[in-house]
Amino acid sequence: MTDVLAYRADDGNTHANSLSPAYGSTVRRSPSQPLVAIPHTLTEVTGPSSQVLRASLDDLTKIGTGEALGERIIVTGRVLDEDGRPVPNSVVEVWQANAAGRYIHERDQHPAPLDPNFRGEGRVVTDADGRYRFLTIKPGAYPWKNHHNAWRPAHIHFSLFGPAFATRLVTQMYFPGDPLIAIDPIACAVPAAARDRMVSRFDLDVTEPEFALGYVFDIVLRGRNATPMEDKHDH
Amino acid sequence: MTIKYGATPSQTVGPFFHYALPYANGETLADAQTQGTRIEITGRVLDADGEPVPDAMIEIWQANHAGRYAHAEDSRSEFALDPHFTGFGRTATDATGTFRFTTVRPGRVPGPGNSLQAPHIAIGLFGRGLLNRLVTRLYFADAAENADDPILALVPERRRSTLLAQRLPGEAATYRLDLRLGGNDETVFFAL
Ligand SMILES: [Fe+3]
Repeated sequence: MTDVLAYRADDGNTHANSLSPAYGSTVRRSPSQPLVAIPHTLTEVTGPSSQVLRASLDDLTKIGTGEALGERIIVTGRVLDEDGRPVPNSVVEVWQANAAGRYIHERDQHPAPLDPNFRGEGRVVTDADGRYRFLTIKPGAYPWKNHHNAWRPAHIHFSLFGPAFATRLVTQMYFPGDPLIAIDPIACAVPAAARDRMVSRFDLDVTEPEFALGYVFDIVLRGRNATPMEDKHDH
Repeated sequence: MTIKYGATPSQTVGPFFHYALPYANGETLADAQTQGTRIEITGRVLDADGEPVPDAMIEIWQANHAGRYAHAEDSRSEFALDPHFTGFGRTATDATGTFRFTTVRPGRVPGPGNSLQAPHIAIGLFGRGLLNRLVTRLYFADAAENADDPILALVPERRRSTLLAQRLPGEAATYRLDLRLGGNDETVFFAL
């Protein structure tokens, strides 16, 4: 009577193991007990609407009066489900280091300059086609202390809600051709076959002449199982 | 039924999310006009060694006092929506790994079949070192309804206490639930 239409289960070949020892911080921060599988209820198939989050901000370059330093880029794409359906009216939040590889964060110890004209964070709601678009600066690679001579590939952090609590996703977007991806324990924690899904592609059609290079990053959230009606026929 | 596109993999939120994701009053779900019993939720996020996790982000999602979610797929109009309650909260842990939310005690919502779930709050946990969001639930240790909750019933009995928030002594209704990523009393996390 109150059974809900569940989201599709993880295929087992998409996400990292929570314990991925090459990424040292996972060792004491990943459950040792197996996850308990639960059926989806109203709790899991509902989720916050786009109204609960803050006003949109699609230009990460503007905060001061001057121009942010670095290579101006446009990052755009569609949020889709696994069946290719657009996910409209959904919050997409992003944040990133500046062109020098430095975050606006007190715990960032990288001795690279802050840029007073770079905001470094933004958020928009997808349109009816599931599309989003940001103007930003290409982030720099930055060192971290995971192992000797460790560098994160250039990346933009993405946070997405999708339609439900069950579809929530936080991920990172990488840039094509970056040699650091193949030696990054965070990117490489993901099964090899799924890793390329986190790499954006350069697109000359998105590129604006005399202004900014264009990158496309489509994001795919979990799709739904067959409708309950189809389920009944299956049995 | 074939899948057309592979899902985008999850990645850690990293250590530097604070200027982008938490927002003013994200930990306050209830204001003076929100209907229901106001409660405080607090606890600490602890790693496998029992050390505090000072760079975690916690999100909560819950029904309102009447047991209705503010979402189109909860169409049970016999339970009123509350215009002063979205059901969503977000906060970051502080230097001691502590988090706190102000909300209302949720009503019961349906479970599988004809079951009713005990009052609960869904929790999503993110942080440096967490490649995937960890999902758990908060139940209220003082709720008699826990006895026939269909989700708690799926949790091994000896681990159920890791989901039960204990009411702290005092006037204000404050409930405490620590989230333990390992060690003794590791929190039960769910696969959705
Ligand atoms: Fe980062």
